[in-house]
Amino acid sequence: MSDILLRTGQLGFAYPARSTSPFGKPVMRDVIKSVDLAVPRGAVLGLVGESGSGKTTLGRLLVRLLEPTSGGIQFDGTEISHLSEAALRPLRARIQMIFQDPQSSLNPRLPLAVTLTRQLEVYGRLKGRRDRRDRAAALLDLVGLPTAFVDRYPHELSGGQRQRAGIARALALQPDFIVADEIVSGLDVSTQAHILMLLKELRAKLGLTVVFISHDLSVIRVLCDEVAILRGGEVVEHGPVGRIFSHPQHAYTRQLLAAIPLPDVEPGWLDDPPSRQQPQQQGSAA
Amino acid sequence: MADLILSGPISAPASRWRSALARGGARLWIGGVLVALLLLIALFAPVIAPHDPAEQDLMSAQLPPAFMRGGEAAFPLGTDSLGRCVLSRLMYSARTAVSVALIASLLAAIIGIALGLVAGAFGGVPDQSVSRLIDVWMAFPPVLLSIVLAAVIGAGLVSVIAAIVVVDWTRFARIIRAETQAQLARDYAAAARVLGLTRAQALRLEILPNLVPLIVTLLAVEMGIAILVEVILSFVGISVTGDTASWGGMITEGRQIVYQAPWIMALPILAVIISVIGFNLLGDGLRAALDPVQRR
Amino acid sequence: MSAVLEIDNLHVAIGAANVLRGVSLRVEAGEVRGLVGESGAGKSMVGRTIFGLLPAKAAIRAGQVQFEGRDLLAMPDKERRGLLGRRIALIPQDPMTSLNPVRRIGAQMVALLQLHLGLSKRAALDRAADLLAEVAVRDPARVLQLYPHELSGGMRQRVLIAMAFACDPALVIADEPTTALDVTVQRQVLQLVERMRQRHGAAILFVTHDLGVVAKICRSMTVLHAGRVLEDGPTADVLVKPHHAYTRALLAATPRADRPADALKPVPPALIESLWAEARRLDQLTATRPA
Repeated sequence: MSDILLRTGQLGFAYPARSTSPFGKPVMRDVIKSVDLAVPRGAVLGLVGESGSGKTTLGRLLVRLLEPTSGGIQFDGTEISHLSEAALRPLRARIQMIFQDPQSSLNPRLPLAVTLTRQLEVYGRLKGRRDRRDRAAALLDLVGLPTAFVDRYPHELSGGQRQRAGIARALALQPDFIVADEIVSGLDVSTQAHILMLLKELRAKLGLTVVFISHDLSVIRVLCDEVAILRGGEVVEHGPVGRIFSHPQHAYTRQLLAAIPLPDVEPGWLDDPPSRQQPQQQGSAA
Repeated sequence: MADLILSGPISAPASRWRSALARGGARLWIGGVLVALLLLIALFAPVIAPHDPAEQDLMSAQLPPAFMRGGEAAFPLGTDSLGRCVLSRLMYSARTAVSVALIASLLAAIIGIALGLVAGAFGGVPDQSVSRLIDVWMAFPPVLLSIVLAAVIGAGLVSVIAAIVVVDWTRFARIIRAETQAQLARDYAAAARVLGLTRAQALRLEILPNLVPLIVTLLAVEMGIAILVEVILSFVGISVTGDTASWGGMITEGRQIVYQAPWIMALPILAVIISVIGFNLLGDGLRAALDPVQRR
Repeated sequence: MSAVLEIDNLHVAIGAANVLRGVSLRVEAGEVRGLVGESGAGKSMVGRTIFGLLPAKAAIRAGQVQFEGRDLLAMPDKERRGLLGRRIALIPQDPMTSLNPVRRIGAQMVALLQLHLGLSKRAALDRAADLLAEVAVRDPARVLQLYPHELSGGMRQRVLIAMAFACDPALVIADEPTTALDVTVQRQVLQLVERMRQRHGAAILFVTHDLGVVAKICRSMTVLHAGRVLEDGPTADVLVKPHHAYTRALLAATPRADRPADALKPVPPALIESLWAEARRLDQLTATRPA
């Protein structure tokens, strides 16, 4: 059993852009150009990128919501790049995703009891209504929500609560691998901190391997062991989180770090170029 | 548990029914009452109608309603040219109207929704085929289509129902297609795929519940339309004839003698207007009551 | 030193819910004050009250809002409308919904300039091009001909900044203008806002939930929670030595790229609960007091 749970080799994804003429071949637009990733079992890889970097597309490729147009993806040694939906089904118990917008990622017309146990139902693991409620309650408990919420609908929850429900849904069949796509982006600082702590806790408790997508480097710092910086569909730099933040190699990485406004008053920050090159690192290198 | 408190007090689900009813507002109540009235009259016509709607009394032809000069108490809303009780005919017509409305709407809905779902969910060739079919279909003048149908089937209720279904399925198909596409673009549909649902499972278990408010609203409105269509087709001679009572038939007959006995045409028109308003208000109220669940 | 904006004991309620509970704050001429709070704290309500954009069911229960010494709330509508957009401007949060999608940029800017400054179309177009150049838009003449959807998010925000400063306002309310932007674009936009402020001499009320942004651009800050001002002072002081426990908790809960992972401390739920309890007590007190 390999140490690397998920590996991609020259992964690429292009889609036909609107072509200028109705005849002839459509022009293909590369969203992901050639991405090599190796995520070790049990690690948390942060995927950082600004808008247009292709990070959401990459996330969807990793869970096979999209099929790559070039290159390959291997999950636990199995080549999954072009598997049919039927062949993927058994793997969907092991690969899961948490979505960015909890408002649209939870079915608005179904109560949490149904949404959280949907995967159990589809895989034939439910033994009736009583069982559904019990399993849903257990999942709510796992993410720190009151078990009374089994009967609630998404619009009866706050943003942070919905996000927790989204996490619970992904954990129903105890997957090995989770892609978290900008899951704290729309949340307040206080709620965000709680979700990050929850994810840390669950990762340790359940032995999850996580790819954590975000545009916010500060959040990445809290959660991730390794970081990959994505720009224009390519990984421009990657490495252990401590090294990236203290000794960034690539100019773009340095640019990103310098642009982060830390909550310290700094008179030269708005000057061009900024007087500070990158955040001085405090504490341990990790 | 922390952000339960952090976000401030969240309103408890308490009574979802009550808040839905509140959202529906006056439209829901008024529409509901009118439609319920229509259904009750249709159901109990044989019990509450003062006379047999087919019973002719040529001695009492064209009697005005009882509250007008010359009217008789025995015929509360007067009689038509053949001496038949207008009130009784109005009530029995409600049965015709309701059966046309229910059957035609449901059939049009079933066909339209099925095709709309297929087009919206599968895209590609199925979508192109259905969409082109709808485009071509909608190009035919509906009344002409109905006349052709009647020529084949023969005049009567079946013809009316067939005509409505044949024309109006396209309305359901178009709207359901668009809404299915919109729902499939949302993250919960993607989540369903990641969870391992097959396309059919996702449609049935996840998407369909989100289409229900729309379908219910469309059905209510379609029933109002069906009643109107029956009236229109009466003019063209396709609807029921003879003794079977229908508002369209009454209007057609009453039109001939509108100066001598205006109530024979006016009263069924009033009945149609009230019924259609009732269905429209109900549809509107249902939309308001059911939809906001999604809006938030 | 005259205050450009003075809000005194403002109480606003929407239906039965109190959204602003006795908010008082001052913005001096040329000052950049940050208005910090999480969602639901009421920070956008402050801006809305000034602009008269409160929802239908909202009621101003008490308090005063003075702009350059004049009572904004008591002012007749027509007079207030003459001020808004000209002397008091807004940089809104979402550039896409704030710009009319079916009108070209040039048309929208010209409409604003003609309305408030009474310029001819030719003069307005020239001024619009100048403003775009000020906000570092390359090829202003071309951009004036474009529609909003043809511009990037950062570009749209620049256009809105240009429009905000177009009439040399005394006060600009920036309502979370960088929340939806990438971090590199955010820095450019903040630089721009500062530059425009210096050039046109405006005071800014900068509404945000991001303590980092406050630190970089605001000389003073006000912390809001549940419609109440919890802390107020020079940014340098508040961030280094916060007085209120809530401010301290927010700082501790903010992830920092320069600190290790275990430095993050979520806000204790007990603290939030006690703040809401205080807010409710305040509601009871103000309810019993005669209006």
